[in-house]
Amino acid sequence: MSKLKINGKLVDIDVDDSTPLLWALREQLGLTGAKYSCGIGICGSCTVHINGKAVRSCIVPISALDASQEITTIEGLSADGNHPLQQAWAELDVPQCGYCQPGMIMTAAALLKDNPDPSDADIDTNVTNICRCGTFNRVRSGIHLAVDINKREKS
Amino acid sequence: MMKNECVNISRREFLIRSTTAGAGFSLGLYLPLSASMTMAAGVAQSTPPEVNAWVVIQPDDTVIIRIARSEMGQGTLTGLAQLVTEELECDWSKVTTEYPTPGQSLARKRVWGSFATGGSQGIRGSHQYVRKGGAVARAMLIEAAAEAWGVSTEECSVAASVITHTPTGRTTTYGKVSAAAAELPPPFEVELKDPKDWKIIGKSVKRLDTVDKLNGKQVFATDLQMPGMLNASIKACPTFGGKLKSFDASKVNKMPGVRKVVRVEDDAVAVVADTWWQAKTALDALPITWDSGPNTKVSSASIDQMLDEGLSAKDAFVGNKNGDVKKALKGAVKTIEATYRYPYQNHATMEPMNATARWTTDRCEVWCPTQNGEAALQATIDAAGLPANKCDVHKIHLGGGFGRRGAFHDFVTQAVSIAKQMPGTPVKLLWTREEDMMHGHYHPITKAKMVGGLDKKGNLVGLHVRISGQSILASVNPAWMKNGVDIFTFQGMLPEGDHEISYSVPNLLVEHAMRNPPVPPGFWRGVNINQNAIYMESFVDELADAAGKDPLEFRRKLMASHPKSLAVLNAVAKKAGWGKPAAKGIYRGLAVCKAFASHVAACAEVSVDDDGNLKIHRIVAATDPGYAVNPQQIEAQVEGSFVFGLSALLYGECTIKNGGVEQRNFHNYPSMLMAQMPKVDVIVMPSGGFWGGIGEPTIAVAAPAVLNAIFAATGKRIRQFPLKNADLRSA
Repeated sequence: MSKLKINGKLVDIDVDDSTPLLWALREQLGLTGAKYSCGIGICGSCTVHINGKAVRSCIVPISALDASQEITTIEGLSADGNHPLQQAWAELDVPQCGYCQPGMIMTAAALLKDNPDPSDADIDTNVTNICRCGTFNRVRSGIHLAVDINKREKS
Repeated sequence: MMKNECVNISRREFLIRSTTAGAGFSLGLYLPLSASMTMAAGVAQSTPPEVNAWVVIQPDDTVIIRIARSEMGQGTLTGLAQLVTEELECDWSKVTTEYPTPGQSLARKRVWGSFATGGSQGIRGSHQYVRKGGAVARAMLIEAAAEAWGVSTEECSVAASVITHTPTGRTTTYGKVSAAAAELPPPFEVELKDPKDWKIIGKSVKRLDTVDKLNGKQVFATDLQMPGMLNASIKACPTFGGKLKSFDASKVNKMPGVRKVVRVEDDAVAVVADTWWQAKTALDALPITWDSGPNTKVSSASIDQMLDEGLSAKDAFVGNKNGDVKKALKGAVKTIEATYRYPYQNHATMEPMNATARWTTDRCEVWCPTQNGEAALQATIDAAGLPANKCDVHKIHLGGGFGRRGAFHDFVTQAVSIAKQMPGTPVKLLWTREEDMMHGHYHPITKAKMVGGLDKKGNLVGLHVRISGQSILASVNPAWMKNGVDIFTFQGMLPEGDHEISYSVPNLLVEHAMRNPPVPPGFWRGVNINQNAIYMESFVDELADAAGKDPLEFRRKLMASHPKSLAVLNAVAKKAGWGKPAAKGIYRGLAVCKAFASHVAACAEVSVDDDGNLKIHRIVAATDPGYAVNPQQIEAQVEGSFVFGLSALLYGECTIKNGGVEQRNFHNYPSMLMAQMPKVDVIVMPSGGFWGGIGEPTIAVAAPAVLNAIFAATGKRIRQFPLKNADLRSA
């Protein structure tokens, strides 16, 4: 039995501790926003935050985690879907099929936390998620728009 | 401009009363999903009143529009709802959508028509009857209001779901009269609007399916949870045509969560466990023996040999022919010859193949992402061994389709086969990425030998295209072939129709020597225009170069009889500044094509550094799809198609060894990332009068425009793909 802190709540998880975080989230806790796609930490569809950093949850075993870490999933990113990125994404109709988008948004959210006004080059370096529908240009515009929304909300 | 269309409606076609809707609802109640999950998954469960098959209006004025085609990112859900809304005159802000099931459709004599979502057909294949559905519903709603008021329908008008009796100013809403409207007979005739009167068709409204995709609430089939559900992981024989020989279940039976190890059809084995991770872990530990079958010696090299023989073989199917190409080439002052090769590629949808099935002796239901609900239902019926009226399929939004989930429902067959071995228990089958990579239905492999002749003025006098390679139809749907010919092989090079060649060539011969290796081919976004546009547009550039002419001028001269294709080419050339100097180090390339009835063109701007590193800076694209239902979504599709097309150009390659695909995951089958993405400027230029496709056509022009720009930059003509294998350092 492992104790983890997910979206601000302490939860008990009863799985073999070699189980990747992704599958504990999806199959034990019913948090299905993070997606399985490659299973080897490349595509980014499973991205969640651990202590504010974007992490590919499909390659993090439960054994590497404990209750001292703050784990945030797309379900816990904002109270009512109003994170600046979610607002920007809605404004620009960013998703196509949408399967990679929770990971895309979580990756972008971690980037904005570290770097509130990233350049295009910063985005290129940090957002390495695969999207086969090809939403990249709207993702880029969405990140820049979220920066504006953030500034507006703070002023 | 299209005139008002008078449509005859057969009474029977629209005789859909609430009794049948009730039957539909009872199917809905059968779903073991929670209501919220069902709603989020978009599965039909609306309550009456159903005005007709397409339109359900609830007392609070919520309009539920039924969508038969599948949403996989391409925006068809929103576009089709716009078409219905246009004629229905309902309040767009209160529109939602749902999928009817193919079983419901079958029970109602296929009232929703085709469920097939491929070939860029969603809008262009159903615009007429879905608009008609909206128009008929509108007429019935107005009639219900007029009857209640005891006035003539001619005195009533409607806007945004509000019906007004003009002489008295009385108003009512759709929600108030929908129950009465549902009891009325549908009108015999309705008139569709003149396109010039459209209000919501042509408008860049936002997608209807965005919000749930931003917060994790969108339910994909991989996310389904049902009471008592088990999970399955599967391995099929890694060699094409091979079978499952045996497995030793005793080695994994006691592993955590494992419930059963089952043979699936004759070529696969699956572990069923409480969770998918347990199933996969056990499957990885399961000793399996394969009967590799007859194809173990098939390799990329052996397939190349097969195709090379076809390039010069005596016999070939003819796709397009005029004049006497042999004579013309003999008489040419200059002849140019080049051979191109396009590899196998996988769809690699982000959501791997999956399906959930529950089987009992008297009912089988499947929940899955599918591009064709009716084909998924057929696969269910076949695998379940039950009559059609005891089976149904619940469609879930797809996590990408690209052609993989339309003609093939191998994942459904497998899921039902597993569920059948565990009666009454819902089982979710999910493929690993590795399984997805090894068991695709791949973009077919072809080569093309191109020979062109020029006269002394540099005019094109003859063109001979010999394609050698795999037919999709021969494997997937031989019934669609005529006299052994797979007409799809000639997409973009045909004499007329949706995939007409963009040029008038005085002496032309386009042939196909069909060579079918034992690697399963499939429809892959763009299908055969991917390689055919590369062959044609690269070679036209080669001819222009040999003629010492500007690639734009050379093309224009051949396009006088193709004014709409010429118009999109001119549009990209103008916007990109063709003929004016580009920034230092930037080089341009052009491409044009007619595909899926749309006219498309691109101008790419690239640079290649001294080490041969390519950067694609910008692509200007133009599309004339006839009518543009939602321009901002068209822009999204153009950009998206470029990512798919450029990923294929840069990286896309499945190689064959020992009769199987060598690639396993995104580490050796990479896809384009943000950093490679060029700026895309999209010109949407609908000229009216026809309905062209959106999702696929522009994929054709991205790769050849980039290749022609690479030639301009380096003097190198790349003819083997993908580019990751090529040395782009200047010649």
